[in-house]
Amino acid sequence: MAEQLITYREAIARGIAQEMRRDDSVYLIGEDVAAAGGVFKGTKGLLDEFGPSRVRDTPISEEAILGAAMGAAMTGLKPIAEIMFSDFLATCWDLVAVEIPKTRYMTDGQFTVPLVIRTANGAGLRFGAQHSQAVENWAMMIPGLKVVAPSNPKDLIGLMAAAVRDPDPVIFFESKQLYPTKGLVPDGEIVDELGTAAVLREGTDVTIVALANMVPKAVEAAEVLAQRGISAELIDLRCLVPLDTATVLASVKKTSRLVTVEENPRLCGWGAEVVSIVAEEAIWHIDGPLTRVTTPHLPLPSADNLEDAVLPSVQRIVDACVKAVH
Amino acid sequence: MTTTDTHTDLTTDVANPTVSTEVRLALYRQVVRIRRFEERAYKLFMQGLVKGTSHLSLGMEAVAAGFAVAQRADDYTFCTYRGHAHTLARGTPMPGVMGELLGRATGVCGGKGGSMHLTSAEHGVMGSYAIIGAHLVIANGAAWSSKERNSGQVTVCFFGDGATNIGAFHEALNFAKIWELPIVFVCENNLWMEYTSIHDVTAVEHPAADRAAAYGLDSIIVDGNDPEAVYDVARRAVDRARAGAGPSLVEAKTYRHGGHSRADPGDYRPQEEVDTWLARDPMPNYRQRLVDLGVEESALVAIEDDAMTDVDAATEDAKAAPAPDSQAAFTNVWADGGYSWRNS
Repeated sequence: MAEQLITYREAIARGIAQEMRRDDSVYLIGEDVAAAGGVFKGTKGLLDEFGPSRVRDTPISEEAILGAAMGAAMTGLKPIAEIMFSDFLATCWDLVAVEIPKTRYMTDGQFTVPLVIRTANGAGLRFGAQHSQAVENWAMMIPGLKVVAPSNPKDLIGLMAAAVRDPDPVIFFESKQLYPTKGLVPDGEIVDELGTAAVLREGTDVTIVALANMVPKAVEAAEVLAQRGISAELIDLRCLVPLDTATVLASVKKTSRLVTVEENPRLCGWGAEVVSIVAEEAIWHIDGPLTRVTTPHLPLPSADNLEDAVLPSVQRIVDACVKAVH
Repeated sequence: MTTTDTHTDLTTDVANPTVSTEVRLALYRQVVRIRRFEERAYKLFMQGLVKGTSHLSLGMEAVAAGFAVAQRADDYTFCTYRGHAHTLARGTPMPGVMGELLGRATGVCGGKGGSMHLTSAEHGVMGSYAIIGAHLVIANGAAWSSKERNSGQVTVCFFGDGATNIGAFHEALNFAKIWELPIVFVCENNLWMEYTSIHDVTAVEHPAADRAAAYGLDSIIVDGNDPEAVYDVARRAVDRARAGAGPSLVEAKTYRHGGHSRADPGDYRPQEEVDTWLARDPMPNYRQRLVDLGVEESALVAIEDDAMTDVDAATEDAKAAPAPDSQAAFTNVWADGGYSWRNS
């Protein structure tokens, strides 16, 4: 099958378009998503193809955006709602944490809320602390939300399709650092499955579990480790909920060592959950310290060298793996 | 829409000639059923049979009644944690509502909702939302959806005066207007924001109506204790929405006979104010008006007897119903019916 090299940014519009062509009930709403094509140009071309009813700009009113998406999802539409920066999820947190995820449970299944919240997540663009946080942990801890964070264009399209087709609410974290990165994508429809991690590299000495924009760094780290004679197995989690614990547990049972790599501040990150699952269920297979690479527990600074100083680096991942192995 | 400002004359005694006897009896039936249900709910709460908390609308029945009678069967209703009245008014069977209050398997939400979260999708009751004002933006979504689907459905969204000071109120109104959504926002202004006078914490006299113009909407105030006045405003707002003429914001002035919740006696309110509003109790006042209009007293007695019979039956049904199976606590987080967040 033919393939094309496209950017992560271009994959967003392609993934959404694929689903909007297939299903008339899929709508895209958000700030600047229509005529402007998105502040990161992720939705470029969608207005032209699908028109102003299905691709629609909203006021800067995050609660109104997610409220509209929720009410519409309860009554027959499948909205994709953009919250421009994931930091802004805090301004509509009632919808994210209380209304959308609890409705199915509280109504004992009378309503289901099939919507997707897309949002640009994470640091690396020097935006400072209010536009740079990685907040996937916020979403992960809420019962009733599925949480997706792809690391490459092909996964982005396939997981977007899976998210739109999923009957439950999904938060879809796009890594803004990855927007210009490229990847090969096959022609035709791509549909993936939520809750499936990918083993990007097989290895025998240590398992590295990474997500989203930490994946390319982990790939680099694995190459450095290989040069030093350490064989790392690299898992791209792709989803936090559902969590593919089977793939993680199988890998650590093989390698006996685990390093998680996440962009989040230190406390309560998803890496802690992964480590705790391994500690609880596979501790007898483990031969070294279970290690987390994270951002320190602080807000993010803006200047190049300051931001670089706090984000997980290839070197820190290498060091953590060496420590785990020796 | 014509402004209906009855703020200075809350006791309308001129009957609207366009309202039929059939509608009048329907309005009275709603008011009486809600009143008797709420009185029973209070009693059951005091007996410890209703758990958690409950928020009654004793004295506020005319608002739910007026809008429900004006709505089409497939229209949507969003209400608040003070939502027994709206849920019943849309036709949700009383045993299901009572069962939910008592935490029974027969409850409309199988015991997972409780008093504050009554929902009946089948009757267009889209949920009772307990975060003040949160649902106004969600109601917009249902209205947007019905507009896109050309279904002709109208969404009616009830909220209290306290909700008018949260951000979502303002986001919702602006959004509804710029998208010209088929929705009617109804502020039930009962003068008290929980335990605080709404006037003490609000910059304008009419928390909803005085802000309508800011969103390109008419200022509509209605006597919320007069079922016919509410019905009249409701019909026009609902018709307008259904015709594609966009949203409305109605402020219904009313009063809760009791306190904010549970066993709150509401004694922070001036006695004179309480007495004034008790004299405007919608049930006896509307009954008297119907008698004055020549409605047969026997028809009213029949409605009253039926309501009491239904409340008694719903109470017995709920008391006799089993508790939910404890396994039900683990169902319906996800659409697959379960709650698992991992694959092994």
